[in-house]
Amino acid sequence: MLATQLTALAEAREGVPETLAVVDGFDDALVHGLGRLGAEQSAALAALASAVAVTPLGDRVAEAVEKIGAGSIGDGHLAALAAARSALLGAVHDALVTGVDTALGRTRAPWTQGETPAEAIAGPRGAARAWLGELAITGWHGVEHELVSGGVQAIDALLAEPASRRLAVLLDGLAAELRASSPVATAELVPARRWADLWTRAVLLAQDAFTGAATAETVTGRLLILGVDLHEHPTAVQAEVHAVLDTPDGSARLVRAAVSATKVDTVVGPAVWKLFTAYPVLTAALAERKAVEITDMPLLDGGDLYWVEAQAAVGAPAEPFATARVQLAEATAPAAQPLDRHPARIGEPVLVEGYKVVKGYGYLTFDLGDVEIVVHQDRLPGSGPITHALLLASTACIGLLRWDAGTWTLQPLAVQAVVKKKPVEAHAADWAQGPTDPKVVKAAARTGDAVAVLRERAGRLLRK
Amino acid sequence: MVVVSDRPGDERGSTRSVLPLVQARKLAKVPFVEMADGRLQGVVSSGSDPARVYVSSIGAADHALGCSTNNNRPCGGLGGRWACNHIKAMVTEAVIQYGAERVGRFLRVEADELTTGHELIDRIDGTSSSTQAAVVFARFLRHLTYLELPSTSGPIPELHWFPTTGPV
Repeated sequence: MLATQLTALAEAREGVPETLAVVDGFDDALVHGLGRLGAEQSAALAALASAVAVTPLGDRVAEAVEKIGAGSIGDGHLAALAAARSALLGAVHDALVTGVDTALGRTRAPWTQGETPAEAIAGPRGAARAWLGELAITGWHGVEHELVSGGVQAIDALLAEPASRRLAVLLDGLAAELRASSPVATAELVPARRWADLWTRAVLLAQDAFTGAATAETVTGRLLILGVDLHEHPTAVQAEVHAVLDTPDGSARLVRAAVSATKVDTVVGPAVWKLFTAYPVLTAALAERKAVEITDMPLLDGGDLYWVEAQAAVGAPAEPFATARVQLAEATAPAAQPLDRHPARIGEPVLVEGYKVVKGYGYLTFDLGDVEIVVHQDRLPGSGPITHALLLASTACIGLLRWDAGTWTLQPLAVQAVVKKKPVEAHAADWAQGPTDPKVVKAAARTGDAVAVLRERAGRLLRK
Repeated sequence: MVVVSDRPGDERGSTRSVLPLVQARKLAKVPFVEMADGRLQGVVSSGSDPARVYVSSIGAADHALGCSTNNNRPCGGLGGRWACNHIKAMVTEAVIQYGAERVGRFLRVEADELTTGHELIDRIDGTSSSTQAAVVFARFLRHLTYLELPSTSGPIPELHWFPTTGPV
């Protein structure tokens, strides 16, 4: 990424602040609770309705706002509000992604709906909707332990049904935060937008009509890995691989491939990789920095591979920095799934080099000359070797461009650095087959194998 | 020119978790400890019988001490207001996992980040009580099921809201 590109990225996008102001109004109403609207909250809901008035959602949202104002709050009304909020953030997403593509000169494929729809999710989602409704009526400020515990049954039922895993994982993550913050009335901070985001997505996923992404095609080719973005909350972990897919017809496209597992909060740091033993090909390719040859792998319409381990084989060595320097600029990016259009979902892989590291008070930036980008240090996973010190010594970085709370940041996935006059390289998934740093190996040996200990306990106690 | 401010605003941020970090620890002795239902409660492996566990708890408000086996046999080491070794082990591990400050705040005793588990125990003025062994044990079993759930394929886009954070 060049200084001129970064400068172009920073340009304000028309309509974004105004749209976010409407979203903020709704989010504040959700803090307050929809069960007892004051003038301020009523105005915020009216603003939401008027923002989508000319869209196909217009009538339903207007009706929902009217009914909620009159104190009659039904499932359908909440779904309409969630849809409206989601549409507004979708528009913000589109504006930001257009900005990225313009700044980077990135080609993005137009959106086409996949032809093979995902299977319908049979599991019941009424209990989840009911809990989400109670949360909205009460408002975050009124959330206490009892209300949070009320969601456990719904979550357990969803967890038991693998087809409902997305909603289960989302609600479990939200519940954990609400529990830790309860009673929210006395909490130092209410993350209004974050919880509204999670609530909105959960409401949409909990609709009976909701199904996952459709399959667009099956693909065969060489997957050249750029890096891995790790996601984690107390009871789930996901490794999302960003890669360039080189197909036999010579086209190169950006794809993602995610594998996930459920876990417990005491499995943290490098130990999370032990949860991915069902994916030996993928973890070997990551740890050994090799390409993956995939055959007839389903590609979902949002640009995600539906990972089937049996259709993947470890390929030849492939340096991610070589891929980033040679293939990344030419690769075609995928269009986002309509419901995934949200600024938090933006994670555009970029290569940044030729910068000067600037250490600020509590933050770090890469100075490209005239323009700097902040490095997202909060997103340095403990499960990999990238450290603050390595970032300071770094000369090149593969990262994801992220946008949150009005700002762009760079989330490092891999760095090249010079330490003690020697070049070193570190990638987020270097420890996918176990830590390679002797110090970390030692620390892990001290704490023992958490997954093995708990599985042993489960084996003894669970099936009695 | 700096393109971005130093930190995203907390209230209008999407992707910063509000959960405090949890430290990795040895799980063999105390596989499970949590602050829930108004108690610091956990499960402690028996030293002698691998198939037996003790369920220990301390009430946050009244410091009621409880310890019994998962089959509801009372722990022989728990004498009135003095904590047994199971409760001590549970507190020690809770301090490693959550940090003394958080555990202290939950139990309403003074503690800072340097307080050890032993010091924390000394500040607990216990009263004896019966345990909620069945409830806590059920929560432990639920906890274990997370490692037994079948894996699923396909991306979970929602997890973008939950970036991995924190050093080892």
